[in-house]
Amino acid sequence: MDQLQNFGLLVYYLSQGVGVTLGVTAIALSTGFVFGTILALLRVYGGPLLGGFAAAYSMVIRGVPVIVVLFILFFVIAQFINLSPFLAGAFALGIASSAYQSEIFRGAIISVPPGQMMAARAIGMSRLKAILYVILPQALRLAIPSWSNEAAIVLKDSSLVYVLGVPEILRRAQYVSARTHEPFIAFAAAALLYFVLTFLTNRSLDVVERRYRLQM
Amino acid sequence: MPDRPIVKIEDLHKAYGETEVIKGISLEVQEQEVVVIIGPSGTGKSTMLRCINLLTRPDKGRIWLEDEEITGAHTDVNKIRQRIGMVFQDFNLFNHLTALGNVTIGLTKVLGMNKKEAHEKAMWELERVGLVDKAKLYPAQLSGGQKQRVAIARALSMDPHVMLFDEPTSALDPELIGEVLTVMQKLAREGMTMLVVTHEMGFAREVSDRIIFMEHGVIVEDGPPKKLFYNPEHKRTREFLWKITELYGQDAETSPQELN
Repeated sequence: MDQLQNFGLLVYYLSQGVGVTLGVTAIALSTGFVFGTILALLRVYGGPLLGGFAAAYSMVIRGVPVIVVLFILFFVIAQFINLSPFLAGAFALGIASSAYQSEIFRGAIISVPPGQMMAARAIGMSRLKAILYVILPQALRLAIPSWSNEAAIVLKDSSLVYVLGVPEILRRAQYVSARTHEPFIAFAAAALLYFVLTFLTNRSLDVVERRYRLQM
Repeated sequence: MPDRPIVKIEDLHKAYGETEVIKGISLEVQEQEVVVIIGPSGTGKSTMLRCINLLTRPDKGRIWLEDEEITGAHTDVNKIRQRIGMVFQDFNLFNHLTALGNVTIGLTKVLGMNKKEAHEKAMWELERVGLVDKAKLYPAQLSGGQKQRVAIARALSMDPHVMLFDEPTSALDPELIGEVLTVMQKLAREGMTMLVVTHEMGFAREVSDRIIFMEHGVIVEDGPPKKLFYNPEHKRTREFLWKITELYGQDAETSPQELN
């Protein structure tokens, strides 16, 4: 009983880091979304120069561990601009995610049938308008299943920012483990929280997917 | 019929790599004329249509839309295309939009009409093709014939001066062809200028003012349907018409009656 109560307290303590975890995840995902979309558009429509740049960016970032990106941003770039550990961590994850998201969106854009662009141009839309109002809305819908997978990965990768001392779930678990000398219980509680968050994220994105699913 | 060309093509050429698809085509289409283009597949019929609205860039030759040369260097293609409606073989409806959304999007995003006006106009266009009751449905929920009628409404919404039909019924089940041809015939009766690439000989014979027989990238014969069907000048025209009528058999014979 006592132990159960302690575990409950532990989960409660760790759950105070949920806000931070979700904050890092949300910033990382939205940064990744904005840049990922732009990079994907450059890949498909940007011509050899811009498209090549986007491809190279994606290749380099995906070839480097996220934690290395995080260290570079925090220990190098944060020297010049004032970045809190929280923001440095979130942006580093966002940079990494933008590369993965660009691949997801590129695949989705390519899988929109070419007749869609043709039909849009045929009613007098400019290329930009066709991309904005016809291609992207369909590509984003097609991307939802892969994107929700990426969201789950970023949510879990947000635990990496613990190395910068950001008090998110894992960091708090580490405090507890150090104080109680019961690492298993501390990290099991953290695992439980991450699992619940991932589960809920996947579930809510499933709902979004069903709502916006594209039938062709 | 007023003698005023809406489309004029002069010595059009187009090649894809080594393959020359169009080898010098000249053509005039008058206002309110319905011109049907027939010919074996791969002879450049669709390419010619796509050159007219510049979806395909001609290699050589000039094209006029009304009094304006559109093959010039400073043509605003987006403005040109607003005056040319195009209907595709595989419909190409925007999959993420309802039937109504498909017809509205050009009005709001291209013409800058406000939502309410666009909605009214789009509903009117859907009424013209007999699909007001399907306005809220998505393309995936429509039959092929209905999809093509929505596509026609989408093209009509821009108030085009000429309509191009690129094998509009070729992807349809036989029993759905009639409803699309009926809409097209109605348009022709209303005075729409139309260029139609099709194998529907019934439609060609009953609705068109002129039939153009194309083969190997050139126009072989160009004349009124009666002449091409009953008294063609070229052997190839006769052979082709004979073959296609045999192929489509009864359909080609009966569809015009069904239309009326």
